[in-house]
Amino acid sequence: MDKKKKDLNTIQFFYITEIIRGLYITSVHFFKNLALHILHLFGIAKNKKAMVTYQYPEEKREITRRARTRHRIMKREDGTPRCVACMMCETVCPARCIYIVAKEVENPEVEKAPEIFEIDLGRCIYCGYCVEACPEDAIRMDTFILDTASYDRDSMLLTLEDLLNHDNQDDLYNINYMKK
Amino acid sequence: MSEVIPIIIKILFVFSCFLSLAAFLTWMERKQSALMQDRIGANRADILGFRAIGLFHIIADSLKMFLKEDFVPRRGHKFLHTFAPFISAFCAMAVFLVIPFGDVLKIGDKVYKLQIADINVALLLLLAFMSYGIYGVFFAGISSHNKYGLLGGLRGAAQMLSYEVIMGISLVGMVMISGSLSLREIVLSQNKLLFGFLPAWGIFLQPLAFILFLTAGMAETKRTPFDLPEGESEIIGYFIEYSSMKFGLFFLTDFIEVIVVSALLTVFFFGGWNIPYLTQSGFHFPWGWEIALSPIVVTILQVVAFWFKVFFFCWVQLAIRWTLPRFRYDQLMGTTWKMLLPLAIFNVLITGLFILIF
Repeated sequence: MDKKKKDLNTIQFFYITEIIRGLYITSVHFFKNLALHILHLFGIAKNKKAMVTYQYPEEKREITRRARTRHRIMKREDGTPRCVACMMCETVCPARCIYIVAKEVENPEVEKAPEIFEIDLGRCIYCGYCVEACPEDAIRMDTFILDTASYDRDSMLLTLEDLLNHDNQDDLYNINYMKK
Repeated sequence: MSEVIPIIIKILFVFSCFLSLAAFLTWMERKQSALMQDRIGANRADILGFRAIGLFHIIADSLKMFLKEDFVPRRGHKFLHTFAPFISAFCAMAVFLVIPFGDVLKIGDKVYKLQIADINVALLLLLAFMSYGIYGVFFAGISSHNKYGLLGGLRGAAQMLSYEVIMGISLVGMVMISGSLSLREIVLSQNKLLFGFLPAWGIFLQPLAFILFLTAGMAETKRTPFDLPEGESEIIGYFIEYSSMKFGLFFLTDFIEVIVVSALLTVFFFGGWNIPYLTQSGFHFPWGWEIALSPIVVTILQVVAFWFKVFFFCWVQLAIRWTLPRFRYDQLMGTTWKMLLPLAIFNVLITGLFILIF
């Protein structure tokens, strides 16, 4: 305490000048932002931002192409899932959010396919291990869908249809994210 | 009967202005702090998709306050617990009675003073009411049957008592200069020029008293540099056990007190309704220009000037509240008794000396 007092010079010791300096800093921010907001109302100087925050649902922050977002399951040429129900992703999942029930298929090259493939987004931690573990490149985390808010847990459960119900293209960044 | 109606109209005018300004301040505080911190502030409440830059948050907040459960602690004192917010709000609002918001309004041959009650001991009355505000805080703390509430109440009582002293003594200088305790007389005494060009406002005659009164006034409102009775991060304060509109009343009291302090600063140090160089017949600038105005225009200009000054000081107080961090409790008490009190007494002595010489 005493040491700190010594560090103050004479003007700072009177305290009131320092209060005015602080008020000056906040007031400059206030009036600058106020002026910018008013200019924005008339459509002027839109490229100068008046705030550093994002108005989330309307305005989305830029994310990288490598970001891990909601899962999807890739499809073969004939529309069946690429997944062979090897259970690798279910095994590696640290949050245990994947649940798979396998079934047999006629095609001798595939042999197995998932009957049930569920991902519980309420439990998923978006670690991306399932993508790493998949030997068939069947599961990917590149839909760029970020919002998982819902009113109950059941609607956070993704079934096989939900996971397959995506465009099968490689680059969903432009389709799902950039368009918004 | 003809005497009662103008008074009722004045009461309605003053209270609707003050209370709507208090409600407006809840919005303004959010927006002002947001702009200071490069945010955008509350803007989500909407009616039919129309947002009105967040102004509907005032309605949303008050609706929320009214619809919440009104909770009284099981072992708390039910009567005092309910009574405390009313004392707080009443004492803050009662000060409006004596604040003059304009000079006189001449309609025909009748002259109306633009002030609800021109009492010759108005200054004592308002200081008394501001002191009574302590009871609200202290009853709230003691009736909650909660240690944190009690601590907050004690802190609030000690802080308000200490700063009450500074508030009173810092105003003595202005009383000595104007020679009256009536707020109207004090404002009228500022309606002249110093050295022919400087308006004789309290800020130029009593700069030290202005700083002391601003400090004490901000301490009276119990908001951030002096928010120890609330102490959001540690004890929540005297209204810890309050919910619903009873909490809302305490919240409103804070904002009303901000307006009261702004109004008093305006009256004592910024010439009340006075506009420099404006007299009843129009502007008379010291460098010779003159603009003739009719008396009714002059009156309207003066009332607008008063509200503009009050609004400006509300802005200043909010700016200070969002700029400065909080005092420590020993710093708070040390500042009052060791620094501000000697300065206030020194100010009175200096004022007396000047009056004696000139």
